Amino acid sequence: MNPLTNSSTNFTRNFSTMFASKPVWTIIVVALLMLVPTLLPGYHTSLATLTLIYALLAMSVDILAGFAGRTPLCHGAIFGSAAYVVMYYGTVVGGNPWIGVALGIATAVAVSLVFALLAVRTSGVYFLLLTLALGMIVWGVCQRWTSVTGGENGLRGNVRPDWLMDPVRFYYFVLVVGIAASLLMWRFIRSPLGLALKGIRESESRMRSLGYNTTLHLVIGFLFSGLMAGISGVLYAFFNSFISPSTVALSQSVKGLLMAIIGGVGTLFGGAVGAIIIVMLENVVSSFTERWSMALGLLFVVTMIFAPEGIVGKVRSLLRRRKTNKKV
Amino acid sequence: MDRRSFVKSSAALSGLAVFGSFNQVLAQGTGPIKIGLLTPLTGVVASGGKEIAEGFNLYWDQIGRKIAGREVQIFTEDDGSNPDIALQKARKLTEQTKVDFLIGDLLANTGLAVAEYAKTAGIPYFIPVIAADDLTQRKRIPNVIRVAGYTASQMPRPLADYVFKKKGYRKIITISQDYTFGHEQCGGFAQVFTELGGSIIAQHWNPLNTQDFSPYLAQIQSAKPDAVFAMETGADATRLIQQWSNFGMKGKIPLLGAQNATDQSVIRTLGAEAEGIISSAHFAEGYDAPATKKFVAEYEAAYKNLPSIYGFSHYSAAMWIGEALKAVKGNVEDRPKFLEAVRNVVLASSPLGRPVRLDTYGNPIYDVFIRDVVKRADGRYWNVPLETYPAVSQFWTYNPEEYMKQPPYSRTFQGIKKS
Repeated sequence: MNPLTNSSTNFTRNFSTMFASKPVWTIIVVALLMLVPTLLPGYHTSLATLTLIYALLAMSVDILAGFAGRTPLCHGAIFGSAAYVVMYYGTVVGGNPWIGVALGIATAVAVSLVFALLAVRTSGVYFLLLTLALGMIVWGVCQRWTSVTGGENGLRGNVRPDWLMDPVRFYYFVLVVGIAASLLMWRFIRSPLGLALKGIRESESRMRSLGYNTTLHLVIGFLFSGLMAGISGVLYAFFNSFISPSTVALSQSVKGLLMAIIGGVGTLFGGAVGAIIIVMLENVVSSFTERWSMALGLLFVVTMIFAPEGIVGKVRSLLRRRKTNKKV
Repeated sequence: MDRRSFVKSSAALSGLAVFGSFNQVLAQGTGPIKIGLLTPLTGVVASGGKEIAEGFNLYWDQIGRKIAGREVQIFTEDDGSNPDIALQKARKLTEQTKVDFLIGDLLANTGLAVAEYAKTAGIPYFIPVIAADDLTQRKRIPNVIRVAGYTASQMPRPLADYVFKKKGYRKIITISQDYTFGHEQCGGFAQVFTELGGSIIAQHWNPLNTQDFSPYLAQIQSAKPDAVFAMETGADATRLIQQWSNFGMKGKIPLLGAQNATDQSVIRTLGAEAEGIISSAHFAEGYDAPATKKFVAEYEAAYKNLPSIYGFSHYSAAMWIGEALKAVKGNVEDRPKFLEAVRNVVLASSPLGRPVRLDTYGNPIYDVFIRDVVKRADGRYWNVPLETYPAVSQFWTYNPEEYMKQPPYSRTFQGIKKS
């Protein structure tokens, strides 16, 4: 059993009820997000945009790590291949950006399909390593296939449609896409398919003996997760106007996974919290000290010791404890 | 969290947000000139990044961080040797710190990422060590200027000419790191050498961070070339030179280096292994011109090391920008005028001891030295000029427009002339 996901079942159920019983919360969070360009103008808005994009990536990782019990290390590659296709189509081919978007997402799904077919039969650390290796292949291709990917130098150029050039408008665009994708993910994990994935996480053999085609379930789960990673990759290409092999490298996959873990694996929205923390560390703390990665390491260690279920997981369990105390 | 504590915390949050925006407003104005320095203080090229900051700061410290009646503030950001972080930091410096211009970065991919951003944001960006050819050739950006920098293929060309004509080498093998900077330097060398009538009998491309060069060295030994041209940077250069010596090839096959292979940042960690490697560059720390001597002494006094290409380039760049700022009387806010002034600077007082100016494409024209690594009296090694090629531009002897019709150098296109 994957230790990262072991304790998360109850919280998930709890959160689902909380989400349903407190739509107020959702509205507040969304309202705050709507206010970001007003409250935090200029550079901070672009940082918030980046955070949203990474939140989506982290949540897509969480679908596999938290709900299917398969911790992947290849989402950077899926994310990056979507971004590469958008950049290539926009800058080299010079076609309509939306066709590029469609191609980018299709590529992400296609890459996930290949990965899924090769990796779903394994689990635990084998799954982790296999997806790591598959991700490295994508990285190697991006690094070496210079005539298409630009090699080390990457691809540059603006691929955003004209009406999205305004940073505030782009923020809202990312926000809308992000919310839509989050709703989709939230719906997915509560669907019979999502529940079956949770069943597989708890015991694949039992699910199989109950008559579930576990392989098919996992492949579909992987594809859905890849689709979400692809969407965030497309947004990233729009945001960055630049892509190089470092975007598809292992560190990107690790970043996505770290965000999910710090926020709370199996909480879905924990990924967003993790994204906020890591983007902040990378961009704000690093201005004060070049040892910001040490701060990240410390944070990670502290999280693992005091809140192994992640920040959102911890908060939820505290809230629940308080609630039961009150009842008593 | 109940509703009351939520109200409290959200009030606190928005308070924080408002505070943040005040900071930005205060930062604007006619006061200091703000410079955004991007440099890799972490990641694979962190040691070079440190020297960038040292070289750049040295000049401003010497003139008391004041120019044309205005105070100079330098905001240093770590680009993490990673283009995504570099881009994010460039955004931050431009949009939040509101610097007047950006300078720096070491790795080509970080520089290219920031250049793309500078293009859309319109902020001046200076690139003293980003050598990617196309930034001042096929893909020029008006507000990105290679102040005190060089293009990758610019420097090895005189070396190719020198070894063909003076040393009489005809068969050469190249070994290079397998990435754009290496492809471009080897391309410059190979094109000139083969056009003169020499032949490149093999080209080896080693991945970045190669630990063991023995497979390449064995092939080189059996091919018996007249000489080997090595384009390696950083730790790869150190390892190649050490293993070259360990293999007993030192003194048997002449080793030629791209400027990075025998840069001070490499040879200061080596001993006699580096002695006698011929390379070519616009800067030689062992040049006996008074201006060079003075700079080397000052740098050594400040940082205990002889200056490398990173420190030198950023010192010169600071000087260059200083001259431009004087020319516009500190009015850095008028970007077109400032950029024009930067382009028009003829830097007479640079550590090179000779005036330097830009060509019409925004890349400096240098007198390029053929250098030899020799031992100093104190036991340290440095590069000493053997010969000078005057006024070498990024286009060598080619017509710029004609030259830019050929594809950029890559692993598959090395400009090698078929004989």
